[in-house]
Amino acid sequence: MYNSIVMVKQVPDTAHISGKVMKDDGTVNRAKLPAIFNNEDRVSLELALQIKEKHGGKVTAITMGPPRASDILRECLYMGADEVYLISDRKFAGADTLATSYVLSEAIKKIDNYDFVFAGRQAIDGDTAQVGPQTAEKLNIPQITYTEEIVELTKDKIKVKRKIDGGYEIVESVFPVLITVLKDVVKPRPFDAKRVMTYKSAKSLMELEKMTEGNSLLYIDKLVHEYEGRNLYIKTLTMDDLKLDSERCGIKGSPTKVHKVQSVVLGGGNQCKVEPTKEGLSNLIDQLMTDHIFG
Amino acid sequence: MPNYFTDNSDLQFHFNNLDLKEVINIAEEGFEQSKKYNYAPIDYEDSIENYRKVLEVLGDITGNYIAERAADVDHEGAVFKNGKVTYASGTQENLQQLKQANLLGFTFPRELDGINFPFTIYMMAVEMISRADASLMNIFSLQDIGDTIIKFGTKEQAKEFIPGFCSGEYTGAMALTEPDAGSDLQSVKLRAYQNEKGNWFLKGVKRFITNGNGNVLLVLSRSEIGTKDARGLSMFVCYGDETVKIRRIENKLGIHGSPTCELQFNNTPAQLIGNRKFGLIKYVFDLMYRARMGIGAQALGIAQAAYEEALKYARDREQFGKSIYNIPVVTNMLIDMRVMLEADRALFYSSAQTIDLKEKLEVKIERLKKEGKLFSEENTRLKTIVRESNFLTPLTKYVISESCNKITYDALQIHGGTGYMKEFKIERLVRDARITNIYEGTSQLQIVAAIGSVIKDVFKELFDEKEKKHYKGGVQPLVNHLIEIRKIFYDCLKYVEEKKDSAFQDVAAKDLVELYSYLYIGYLLLEQAEKEPKKVFIANRYILTSLAKAKGNSESIKDGLFNDILHAEKILV
Repeated sequence: MYNSIVMVKQVPDTAHISGKVMKDDGTVNRAKLPAIFNNEDRVSLELALQIKEKHGGKVTAITMGPPRASDILRECLYMGADEVYLISDRKFAGADTLATSYVLSEAIKKIDNYDFVFAGRQAIDGDTAQVGPQTAEKLNIPQITYTEEIVELTKDKIKVKRKIDGGYEIVESVFPVLITVLKDVVKPRPFDAKRVMTYKSAKSLMELEKMTEGNSLLYIDKLVHEYEGRNLYIKTLTMDDLKLDSERCGIKGSPTKVHKVQSVVLGGGNQCKVEPTKEGLSNLIDQLMTDHIFG
Repeated sequence: MPNYFTDNSDLQFHFNNLDLKEVINIAEEGFEQSKKYNYAPIDYEDSIENYRKVLEVLGDITGNYIAERAADVDHEGAVFKNGKVTYASGTQENLQQLKQANLLGFTFPRELDGINFPFTIYMMAVEMISRADASLMNIFSLQDIGDTIIKFGTKEQAKEFIPGFCSGEYTGAMALTEPDAGSDLQSVKLRAYQNEKGNWFLKGVKRFITNGNGNVLLVLSRSEIGTKDARGLSMFVCYGDETVKIRRIENKLGIHGSPTCELQFNNTPAQLIGNRKFGLIKYVFDLMYRARMGIGAQALGIAQAAYEEALKYARDREQFGKSIYNIPVVTNMLIDMRVMLEADRALFYSSAQTIDLKEKLEVKIERLKKEGKLFSEENTRLKTIVRESNFLTPLTKYVISESCNKITYDALQIHGGTGYMKEFKIERLVRDARITNIYEGTSQLQIVAAIGSVIKDVFKELFDEKEKKHYKGGVQPLVNHLIEIRKIFYDCLKYVEEKKDSAFQDVAAKDLVELYSYLYIGYLLLEQAEKEPKKVFIANRYILTSLAKAKGNSESIKDGLFNDILHAEKILV
């Protein structure tokens, strides 16, 4: 039996970008973008679910994000996660990988009782591949990144094939361990119709708070209690719940500033004809060396 | 990321205008099951939300995965080797995904692990599956045989067979056809006999059995020795075990992913479903509503896919310095296709909801009977709805499978020479379409099944009522055209009846059924036009085209076009 915590992220759908999405402070204006479940995270959830099906245990999905990230937590429930957590607070806004991994690691410490922490290799919005490794460091546990395949799983060890330049290596670890996975490791399962119908109305704290706005008959505590009773409450952790150091959260705790993002388009402009003679070739090589393409 | 539910605006229109209150109320019995099953709905709105969410899941699976695999499935096909059938690898992946998504027990009750969805919603699912891969529809929709087991079998039989369908462990087959019993099912010969203990066994051959390699087979068999007609036939259920030998699978023009088997039953242990002698006259007849509607949904899905291919190709393809989409002849063809498609969908979901209500009323009457309550009011309504279903089912199958062929034909035409090449999707759609007006009863047989209701003028009151109604949205002038078509219809009907020539009447039946279909579909489109301005265009072209066709139908009948069938031997040299 193994318990897994899967770190998932809601990301902008970078394949369908339109309009101005970068804010002046160099952060992404997420409200301008359609949001989707980061694919590699979905793959890592699938991996955790397969381990559970084979060996038993529990799968918990967590995400740090704004209230609308509850969408992907519901999707985790549709796929088969036993429990989900939304880690959300206005003060988390603008977090870089350092601040994010701090918050996530504290949340994981609070949830506790895990053998694996799974995450996708990277998210398609930042492409940093840093949050997984930094979280492992803060939890002080081993990490295996770029996982291609789980080779063997025994009572106290896991053997994993991981991608390296020009090939792969097989590594082994004790538990608990943090594992980041590549997109082709397993195919994520579709949503289960019965679970979709069951969890479609699961709500996080902020979503329930929104329901109470403008309705004096609804009290948030009662509502949370009611949703908990129906097993439809998405557990929500805020900065206070996690007793975090505000200096290490959000934009305050983020030393990384995006200075400039530039789209580089490669394409040939000028053409020139090179005569197929010894002299022609020699001129070409000289030119390439002058342009620092060779040498 | 195409989602075959959310990206189809016309399907969305139909979903948003569903009239399923009564169906859902009967199916959910006061929503009591929500206390027992956390996925059961708590009220009507919640039911609709469930359907929407689940169709969105299927929309993703069909649009992003099943459609992607369809070309490979077609190319690879189901394979027969060493007595075993293996699905194409894409088909296997499709079934695995549908199983994981818990979508293989669509209409079955929750206590048997199903999701208890109405027939209409199931039909939407079948349409979406068929749009992605028509051949998968045959395997997916054979969950239908479970309904026969639930409806006419014992509780124990339902418990034995249905959960396996829901979990994806079983697929099914409906074994009716034999080498000498195709359209004429009364000639079925496969023997069912009992041993001294009273256990049943099956012996004989079935042919052209879709998914005959399935785990659970519903088999029409001759249980009464010495009989030769329908009254000697009973329905059996058996496992596709080692006693069922697959002799071969057919090499077909289309739907390659769906294996069509020849089966030999060698003393196969079987269970009787329901009563003896009711096999064909009651159970097959009942199964046929669903099976024929299923093919209607398949044809609709293929037509949708073909229309999209044609539209996309026409927009992309440039000739004479412009996109061919802008060439009036091509634009006109595309509009015709779109109008046909939307008219078909209007007919289809109207029929589906009628059949849904028919089935639910049957359930309600059974319940009332059990509780010892009165049910005469329900019974009267059921009789009307059965009459309507008996007409609408064959009409739907006929109209939609014929227009599916026309739409795929024109879609290929728009592609020009390119469409004739294997590289483009359209040639597969043309091949897949071709079976839809043949199996589960040919078009000619659908006419035979529908003509009786047409002669009885089954929708007389409905049409009377519609003629009196005032329509909003500027479509009132179209009512006059429909009134004119109705006059033509009565005129033709009178002519055919007075002629008292049965051969002539058989041939003229097609024109009469078509005339009647213009009226039914025409009024459906007028209703839709009141709800959605864009539909005015659809209603307008449909009704104008129908008026022109009606005049043609009338000419065929009244100008003695068919008189020469008496001289067939001189012509057919």
